[in-house]
Amino acid sequence: MKSDPNKLLRYTPFERANHWLVAITFILLALSGLVFFHPAFYPLNQLFGGGVWTRILHPFLGLVMALSFGVMFFSYRKLNLMTPTDRAWLSHVREMVDGDDRNMPEAGKFNGGQKLLFWLLVACMVLLILSGIVIWRAYFAFLFPAAVIRFASVVHAVAATVINALIIFHIYAAIWTRESIDAMLYGQVRRAWAKQHHPAWFREMTGGGK
Amino acid sequence: MALQSLDITRRSATTTASPSQRQTIKVAKLIDVTKCIGCKACQVACMEWNDTRDAIGSNHGVLDNPMDLTENSWTVMRYAEVETDRGLEWLIRKDGCMHCADPGCLKACPAPGAIVQFSNGIVDFHEENCIGCGYCIAGCPFDIPRLSKKDSKVYKCTLCSDRVAVGLEPACVKTCPTGAIVFGSKEEMTHHAEGRIVDLKERGFAKAGLYDPAGVEGTHVMYVLHHADQPEVYCGLPRKPSIGPMVGLWKGAAKPLASFALAMVAIGAFFHYVTKGPNVVSKEIEKEFE
Repeated sequence: MKSDPNKLLRYTPFERANHWLVAITFILLALSGLVFFHPAFYPLNQLFGGGVWTRILHPFLGLVMALSFGVMFFSYRKLNLMTPTDRAWLSHVREMVDGDDRNMPEAGKFNGGQKLLFWLLVACMVLLILSGIVIWRAYFAFLFPAAVIRFASVVHAVAATVINALIIFHIYAAIWTRESIDAMLYGQVRRAWAKQHHPAWFREMTGGGK
Repeated sequence: MALQSLDITRRSATTTASPSQRQTIKVAKLIDVTKCIGCKACQVACMEWNDTRDAIGSNHGVLDNPMDLTENSWTVMRYAEVETDRGLEWLIRKDGCMHCADPGCLKACPAPGAIVQFSNGIVDFHEENCIGCGYCIAGCPFDIPRLSKKDSKVYKCTLCSDRVAVGLEPACVKTCPTGAIVFGSKEEMTHHAEGRIVDLKERGFAKAGLYDPAGVEGTHVMYVLHHADQPEVYCGLPRKPSIGPMVGLWKGAAKPLASFALAMVAIGAFFHYVTKGPNVVSKEIEKEFE
């Protein structure tokens, strides 16, 4: 498919593919993780072929997500460094949530909220990977004493809860901000969209023109 | 292994009540460490009755054999040589599941019905429901369950739940040649232990006592110890075993609350959408690009 010259490229095909790989593995991990989280969610194991299969698959899915999120981390970490403008953006976040973005400081490719989300996701991912290895009974758990495994289990559950809340928020923000899902699906965004939501990025991409 | 479903009072990963109309008497196995001669007949009887055969290991130069509990050895004798004020003492403890009244394994287990507690106090694993996650190993304050490499299921002493269900004593009790292991109602066993402790105290073991730790609400396998003030000399018997605050956090009220919080985030987002509307490109900017 040819790209539309009137639109701006926001995400390359590789970035999109990798994002959706993270997204798919995340959904599978959330569903399979809930199986062990609380008995109320145990029936979700049927999606994965039963309790034993869920137990086998969950950590391997985690490895795939860890690798693909790792790629994401290295490609986006510089773009997500917080600037004073981002901090100002975050201090105005209440107005944004209220639906009034007239006084929002100008966002670059990512706004302060997106950057904060990025770093919180990174923190949760690191905690999930480290604690996940400790409680991976088939290969690693025998290396650790029970007290460490108990602590890691709590860390894993807490980080999983936080990351689920963050991702629910992330998905909602993408639905709420119209056309941003298109950016991740098709890679391109309308110029008007860019100027509205990411004015500093818009200027960077177009030199300020239309 | 368990068949008598009417007498199951607690079931792992189950939030509703189990059948509880019928109550049976609480049982207990009392292991009198002071009478044990370390013959390992109990280990043999356990393997005989349960039809488990451990791999032939190697000689480690000590009497402990096998060196640790395994998926096939649900009980092992642990031998400690300890210097006390009475000189060198040889303390032999038959290790195995303690059948806690408040079982950490059952609490930690995420698979419904993989671990059950009978109304008589026996804690049993239902291997067909086990998913092999090993959470019970992390939840156990006594380091008892063992995961099989062959089938990824966990195994431990059943307190011969199948024998007890039909009015027999556990195999280890039946075989013990010195009467160091006795079995009966928990009340009787506690009473029996009291008699033993009086006798031991008369014989100069001033600190003799019963090991029935309150941290796990008591156990259905109890020890008579000559040195009840220092249980750890018996090859690391924990002084104050308990499920621990981490398991409480991991398995307690935190998760239902977290689930509720997540649902609230999703519902909150939906209500934000229907009250504030979508975040669209403003008319002014749209006009600029027309």
